Amino acid sequence: MLDIRWPIGLMFTLVGAILVLTGALSSPESYQRSLGININLWWGLLLLLFGGLMALFAWRAKNRPDQPTARDPGSRQNP
Amino acid sequence: MQSIQLGGIDYSILIIYSLFVLGIGFALKRFMKSSEDFFLSGRSIPAWITGLAFLSANLGALELVGMAASGAKYGIATSHFYWVGAIPAMVFLAIFMMPFYYGSKARSVPEYLKMRFDERTRCLNSITFAVMTLFASGISMNALAKLLHQLLGWDYNLSLWICSGVVLIYVFKGGLTSAIYTEVLQFFMIVLGFAPVVYLGLKDVGGWETMTHSLSNVAQDPARLGLAPGSYAPDAWSSAWKPLLGGPTANPMGVDLFAMVFGLGFVLSFGYWCTNFLVVQRAMAARNMSAARRTPLIAALPKMLFPALVIVPGMIAVTLASLGKDGYRLPPKMLVESAYAKAVPAVKEAASQKLDAEAAAKRIGEAAGVKMFPDRVAALLEAAPTLDDKSLRNHLQNAVADTDYDGVILSLVKRYCPSGLLGLALTALLASFMSGMAGNVTAFNTVWTYDLYQAYICPNKSDGHYMWMGRVVTVAGVLLSIACAYFASNYSNAMDIVQLVFGFVNAPLFATFLLGMFWARTTSHGAFYGLLGGTLTSALFHSLTLAAGNNPGLKGGYLGVAQSFPSEMAQNFWLASFAFSACFLLTLVISLATQRTKTNEELKGLVYSLTPKLKDEEQAWYLKPTTIGWALLAGCVVLNIIFW
Repeated sequence: MLDIRWPIGLMFTLVGAILVLTGALSSPESYQRSLGININLWWGLLLLLFGGLMALFAWRAKNRPDQPTARDPGSRQNP
Repeated sequence: MQSIQLGGIDYSILIIYSLFVLGIGFALKRFMKSSEDFFLSGRSIPAWITGLAFLSANLGALELVGMAASGAKYGIATSHFYWVGAIPAMVFLAIFMMPFYYGSKARSVPEYLKMRFDERTRCLNSITFAVMTLFASGISMNALAKLLHQLLGWDYNLSLWICSGVVLIYVFKGGLTSAIYTEVLQFFMIVLGFAPVVYLGLKDVGGWETMTHSLSNVAQDPARLGLAPGSYAPDAWSSAWKPLLGGPTANPMGVDLFAMVFGLGFVLSFGYWCTNFLVVQRAMAARNMSAARRTPLIAALPKMLFPALVIVPGMIAVTLASLGKDGYRLPPKMLVESAYAKAVPAVKEAASQKLDAEAAAKRIGEAAGVKMFPDRVAALLEAAPTLDDKSLRNHLQNAVADTDYDGVILSLVKRYCPSGLLGLALTALLASFMSGMAGNVTAFNTVWTYDLYQAYICPNKSDGHYMWMGRVVTVAGVLLSIACAYFASNYSNAMDIVQLVFGFVNAPLFATFLLGMFWARTTSHGAFYGLLGGTLTSALFHSLTLAAGNNPGLKGGYLGVAQSFPSEMAQNFWLASFAFSACFLLTLVISLATQRTKTNEELKGLVYSLTPKLKDEEQAWYLKPTTIGWALLAGCVVLNIIFW
């Protein structure tokens, strides 16, 4: 089955990159409304980090063939 | 209020998001091999995913918009809807009820009712649930499309059809799995999209301390901002319990302690979280019993912290308005075209008759159907002869004194978000809407296919046939929700009646489940007639009570007013309390008076006392549902003490 961390990771990496680029290229005047903080740049970096971590987890799970966890102890106790 | 201008970057973020959710649908299509896959995700999903989906499905657009609105109207006491009205019920669902829902292998909540009682209760529950789901989805779609139209200038029809179209495609392709997967993505989108707005807002008002300080000024004279009339203790907006302990007149909600704790905290909250298939379906899709039980618990942690994201914005908005920072005001009610058509001639008339400010404000306000600020109307009248049509309209809109609380969250987004972040925040709003809608659609298609179509219309067909039906009814469900949205936009009164009726059905429901699951003696006659009796009690209660400020009629009291309540919310909570008690007693009495139709053997796995206790000793202690449940309740208590 599809690992949901891939789409989450990729999407936030992409959106983060767009925000970082926007933040880096736009003039400081455009940040008056965000109290003078270049919020696109900073929040973009945070999204990049989050997206990157998600993708990293997904990648690790893919390369380390998971022990099937479906046999959790709880499942055998079904009433 | 002028509409928000979106730039290319904002649209690109919106488009990337849409492509990803659609992509998830297409990527999952090849895993949809049987109806179990389509409706129940083949019971194969890990707990952290079903947990976040559980939360997202509950979090419709109305929650983000509505909770910010309540945050402005009632302050931090709104968090009772989370800490009293959600967490305890979620813990109870996980520990006590999931073993029966999941363990019985029922495919839906109505199916559990059939196994426990009989077809009648199932039929009643599945029909009301199916219709209610469609209407709920339609109401939320209508609200969203209206908001987008007013604030972004987007076409109402276009936003309605495009948003629903996206949801339709991914649910159609990937069934419940794709709804659940996208809900997880949407969860992160909502959190990461709104968090910066809250951060900037708090920074702007000068932090928490400054905010509570100005809120204490607001509490003493809330009418100045067009909030509740009267005057409250300084901490009415900034503490959760103190105003409640002072009785219904001491808090802006107008609710007493008993109604809050029993009505909301027990009856309504347990009724929603423990019996609503929309959320329970997510837990049923988990891959095993312990994952199913952990689902509501995993959802409870973010749920507990959500007030920071959804209620604080409302409080920030009130603070900003109270400080008058940069001329900020709570968003006024938007005048629609027909209101302008009546108000503009009224302005001309008032100007020619040289009415004084008060009289003119009253006259124009009546024409437009809103309250007006006299001083602004006076300024408008003075300027009126020289104004062109467009600026006359702007002035008129500006003079409106009524607040549109639903616009609060977007007024902050507009205030703080530069192009870029703006796209992210709006995408978060759309994501919350889509997650709620997908939740409704998947719950609807399952209940329709398994509990109505397979049970009564067309039994004994192949599995492939039911899967085909699921896809067909997904399309039909989306189309019907769209129809409900149009219905809601054209006949809002009729919609109020519809919601009212569902309120009657839902209020007593938890009594049926509680007795059914924990008392083997409950009979199917008891359950069915108890539920009917509870519903009738709600209707009767409603017809005999009225909230202050309402006229008898749709809001109750049409058979005479035996009891009046300080607020609609109090009326609601008391109604639920009565309906629950009536259903509980009736079920109890009728059960004792009637014969059981199911043997102990048949009820094994469905009733607490007849089911072998779950043993989860093999799990690490910190993974046990009871441990997590206690930890969550303790956390909840701590939060209540902090914001006491």
